[in-house]
Amino acid sequence: MLRSEIADEAQQVMSANKGAVSRALNLVEDRRAESHARVAELLAALKDAPKATGGHRVGLTGPPGVGKSTLTSALARALRRRGRTVGVVAIDPSSVRSGGSLLGDRARMSFDPTDNGLFVRSLATAGEVGGLAYAANSSVRVLGAAYDTVIVETTGVGQSEIDIVHVADTVVLVIQPGSGDVLQFLKAGIMEIPDILVVNKADQDELARRAVADLRGALQTATAAGAGGGEDAAWEPPIIATSATMGTGIDELIDALDAHRRHLDSTLGARRRRGEIQWALDLFSRKHGEHGVSTLGGIRTLRARAQRDLDGGETPLSLCEHLSREYVATLGQTA
Amino acid sequence: MAQDGKRERDRPWIMRTYSGHSTAAASNELYRTNLAKGQTGLSVAFDLPTQTGYDADDPLARGEVGKVGVPISHIGDMQALFDGIPLDQMNTSMTINATAVWLLSLYIATAEDQGVDPHVLRGTTQNDIIKEYLSRGTHIFPPAASMRLITDLITYTVDEVPKWNPINICSYHLQEAGATPTQELAYALVTAIGVLDAVKATGRIPESEFGKVVGRISFFVNAGIRFVEELCKMRAFVQLWDKVTRERYGVTDPKQRRFRYGVQVNSLGLTEQQPENNVIRIVLEMLAVTLSKDARARAIQLPAWNEALGLPRPWDQQWSLRAQQILAYESDLLEYADLFKGSEVVEARTQELVDSAWEEVQEVLKRGGAVEAVESGYIKQKLVESNAARLRAIEAGEQVVVGVNKYIESAPSPLTENLDEAILTVDPKVDADQRAALSRWKEERDTEAVDKALRELQRVAKSDENMMPASIAAAHAGVTTGEWANLLRDVWGEYRAPTGVAGASVKTPAGAANAETVQRLRDRLHALEASMGRRPKLLVGKPGLDGHSNGAEQIAIKARDVGFDVVYEGIRVSPEQIVASALEEGVHLIGLSILSGSHLALVPEVLQRLREAGLGDVPVVAGGIIPEADAERLRQEGIAAVYTPKDFELDNIMSDLIDLVDRRHAAE
Repeated sequence: MLRSEIADEAQQVMSANKGAVSRALNLVEDRRAESHARVAELLAALKDAPKATGGHRVGLTGPPGVGKSTLTSALARALRRRGRTVGVVAIDPSSVRSGGSLLGDRARMSFDPTDNGLFVRSLATAGEVGGLAYAANSSVRVLGAAYDTVIVETTGVGQSEIDIVHVADTVVLVIQPGSGDVLQFLKAGIMEIPDILVVNKADQDELARRAVADLRGALQTATAAGAGGGEDAAWEPPIIATSATMGTGIDELIDALDAHRRHLDSTLGARRRRGEIQWALDLFSRKHGEHGVSTLGGIRTLRARAQRDLDGGETPLSLCEHLSREYVATLGQTA
Repeated sequence: MAQDGKRERDRPWIMRTYSGHSTAAASNELYRTNLAKGQTGLSVAFDLPTQTGYDADDPLARGEVGKVGVPISHIGDMQALFDGIPLDQMNTSMTINATAVWLLSLYIATAEDQGVDPHVLRGTTQNDIIKEYLSRGTHIFPPAASMRLITDLITYTVDEVPKWNPINICSYHLQEAGATPTQELAYALVTAIGVLDAVKATGRIPESEFGKVVGRISFFVNAGIRFVEELCKMRAFVQLWDKVTRERYGVTDPKQRRFRYGVQVNSLGLTEQQPENNVIRIVLEMLAVTLSKDARARAIQLPAWNEALGLPRPWDQQWSLRAQQILAYESDLLEYADLFKGSEVVEARTQELVDSAWEEVQEVLKRGGAVEAVESGYIKQKLVESNAARLRAIEAGEQVVVGVNKYIESAPSPLTENLDEAILTVDPKVDADQRAALSRWKEERDTEAVDKALRELQRVAKSDENMMPASIAAAHAGVTTGEWANLLRDVWGEYRAPTGVAGASVKTPAGAANAETVQRLRDRLHALEASMGRRPKLLVGKPGLDGHSNGAEQIAIKARDVGFDVVYEGIRVSPEQIVASALEEGVHLIGLSILSGSHLALVPEVLQRLREAGLGDVPVVAGGIIPEADAERLRQEGIAAVYTPKDFELDNIMSDLIDLVDRRHAAE
């Protein structure tokens, strides 16, 4: 693709042409070295899309079996009813042995196939440690340029939580009544405190009330112990009871998402920038390891450098390319 | 005891044939012929739109009307179906689940119009929606609403239609979905427990009357080719049900604790290769459910020898009926007491099954019971795993299937010489005729009465009153199946059940006969991934209303095992949805699975829509019960390959799929 073709393609993504969005997602998933430059160029062209700067990236996470797909489906439909367009990235684990994956989220979702304001893409984790897929960061940016709200749905409790913080503006943790493990993780500070907590499958009043109370208790313990990120003391994470199958609590969830997005307004740029720094450095260290990081001055230096360069207009992908080149050059000198 | 040759004979079981197709009038003619041939009861097969609550004029009913059963939209259709068949003398079994309340209402209303008191009606509504989530796939509503419909029907009939079997708890479909005997026993029992607990929770049945409800619960069971084990399974069922009804529900009357069951023997094991062998399989399987007097089926329906090829003709069904008649009337089976009482071998195997099944029952109850274990995907995943293990054993030759993986040489068969005439084809005009008849019905009925009946239905649906009386009134008023179901969809919502495939752990063991082949496939796929930059992505779609998902599930799991990224959408997706998914997911290949016989309508539509969406170059393959003449037509329309039940070697299919992706990539 030529430069002008990329610009053209980016235009079509921004106007939410499904074919173009799909092609752009295929491109950012492409791991061949010869595709990297085009990926970087595409993302640069999408960086300042009006939807991207004004939109909302929501991360939905929680242990398997709590009904995240059904909740995503209910949330997306409710957002559509409010006139907002929605892009979804559903991330599923891959089979370590074969590298293959079964992306089953679509099976639990019911959408109008003729709706142009809704787009769902499934991604496999490709065996990466950390949970989030290789292309998740880029995919969120492609969808973010095309749709008002981007939902990233991912399974797991633990490492992937920390990952999703770097991708999403608002992290929603979904549990179901009786999720003892999650409460323990929260209390012990193993898990960062999410921005919003949802107790799904709250079809039965009594169970749901107890689950909400348990969760509130765990949050208090965690906060008292100084656990969690603690980066945003002014925000008190709301706890919402939903039943995705019955459709209850979904409107409250949207209101809470909107409240958090408003709360972020002045700090959103900084939060997204932190995510980008992390992404660039993750990419670099995955490629060149400890040695790469230490050769270029250690993680602190790199972090400061990334902050400066990204503020100066670099994209995480192009920054990673530059760092790689510098590192490879130093290898040439020592040899 | 009587002298030789003059022993007293037991009354034989009820003999039925699962049948119905095209239209109510055509099915009525078939029923009358079958009764004249000595059939002693009716078993109504409804088409998929009727089972899933759509009228013939609904876009989702496209290609499905009259295919796997008879379309029944309103009381006029029901009257035509039983024209000249007095309902007070009939024993009618209806394979109907999500819409069971509605179809029974139509049946009761038809009886009332015939001047028959509902109190004398005999028959069965399947009404087991739990297993629909697991294997058959004709559910509509979320589990809580489904459980309400089940209990409404049971608590209504116990007094108003007291000779009716309000529910047939089905282990049949669990075996078709791959269940082992232990799983079949356990999951049927937890379903029964879930239903009885729910009936109890309604508070509509006084404690003293509860035994009556327990006594009306019947089962619908499967029998496979391992017929000794199956025979023991039936005996295990009898023991376990006695235990559950006594210990959990305190039923003291032994008659109310009897395990009453009907049977359709195994269709899963019927083969497309050398199909005449299926007759022998069917007879052996029938023995499993008849030989034990203490655990004998009360009603039997047998599949036809050519079911893996397409819809059976009347002659094919007659052959199966004759098999039953020969066993019941010619042989001396019914002259003896239980043959196995005191047999060490049979009793030991039975005990093993009782113990292992009881353990699994406890496991499911620990997880909160049948409904919870369905919603969490626990049971479904177990079934998918068992089925994958079964298929792998057949593919590896560890489990012998004569004519399929052993003794495959055959002289030309005169039975299948003219294959396309060896099955029944439904006139494609049926669809349009039914739509026209429906629109006439809607014009001629009293609109005001219909609106009033629908408003009342809506009020009741939102309350906790029983749905039956309002449904019977709606039946009399001329309401249609689609109107009844759509109204409830609005009130209760629709439900998409767990597919069980994502978490299923099925691996080719290192020592397996095909381990090397699988490794070669993985290597090829990895090489392809490196050269394409993305991992090859396959979309598995099930268009239409058919819910038989075994094939789609096993292809999905196998494809993952060799390294594809697989998007599986579950059952009942429209051609529009498949194309939207293909576009959004950026897939390299599409596989369609259709078992209802509606492939000629659905596949070309998917191809056409793909072209319109600019995806005309994405290769599409199809699998299902597809006669060769149809397969040829589909290939001409642009399908890359067609797979039928004889293609049991999944490794070969995978190799083809990789070829297709490879060829398309090379052409880019």
